[in-house]
Amino acid sequence: MKKRWYDYLWIAELIYMSLGFFNILFAWLGMLFFCIPLIISLVWGTKGYCNRYCGRGQLFGLLGGRFGLSRKKDIPGWMKSKWFRYGFLIFFFIMFFQMLWNTYLVFAGAQDLRQVVTLLWTFKLPWHWAYHGTFFHQGAAQFAFGFYSVMLTSTILGMITMILFKPRSWCVYCPMGTMTQLICKAKNGKDALT
Amino acid sequence: MKTRKKRRAVVNGDACVACGCCVKVCPLSAIQVRHGIRAAVDPERCVGCGKCAKECPASVIVLQEVSV
Repeated sequence: MKKRWYDYLWIAELIYMSLGFFNILFAWLGMLFFCIPLIISLVWGTKGYCNRYCGRGQLFGLLGGRFGLSRKKDIPGWMKSKWFRYGFLIFFFIMFFQMLWNTYLVFAGAQDLRQVVTLLWTFKLPWHWAYHGTFFHQGAAQFAFGFYSVMLTSTILGMITMILFKPRSWCVYCPMGTMTQLICKAKNGKDALT
Repeated sequence: MKTRKKRRAVVNGDACVACGCCVKVCPLSAIQVRHGIRAAVDPERCVGCGKCAKECPASVIVLQEVSV
């Protein structure tokens, strides 16, 4: 099958994750990965981002497929159940808003900038070497640290399930995928498929 | 007339996450994600090669024998 430009977006994902190791402020670019899927689903009522442009999915597909890093086993039933997918989405939302709250506290001057990346919402890794100051408020840097934590955590989770199950197992419980599917359901209605 | 058995892909729609992995691997463009909700197979085009079933991360596509 002929490759299109969007089949190479896994390179963008790799570059994005790498940039966070050099300057944490590049984490802001990740907002594109959040906004574009939402815009596509809200405006066109499709999951065009998942279906075509998701560099993360492509990267997992490449590593698990061509590079053979995946066991290619079926994902457990509970991981594809609605309660897990929606539960993970809610959990993800709560942690995201907690991150926004921490950002607000720094903006408000109630908390100092924490130069750490929190992995799996638990483990705080020193990340000061990727922070070289900012022209903006320190709150902007706090958001970058928090956002990069979200991106790195989800990449690690995706890698683990890529190895254990099928390459793109992350797509099954990806909060953005679940959210855009819900938007499509709300926008198109149940009658759309009949 | 003798009936021929043929395999076709069938999607368990309720469990489909509409990721589109199946669409990418189908050599005959016989499967599409409809309205961002679930994948749907065109039974006229599907030859039951099984590539979509193998690729599906949620394993919600199965091959079923149908009489033609």
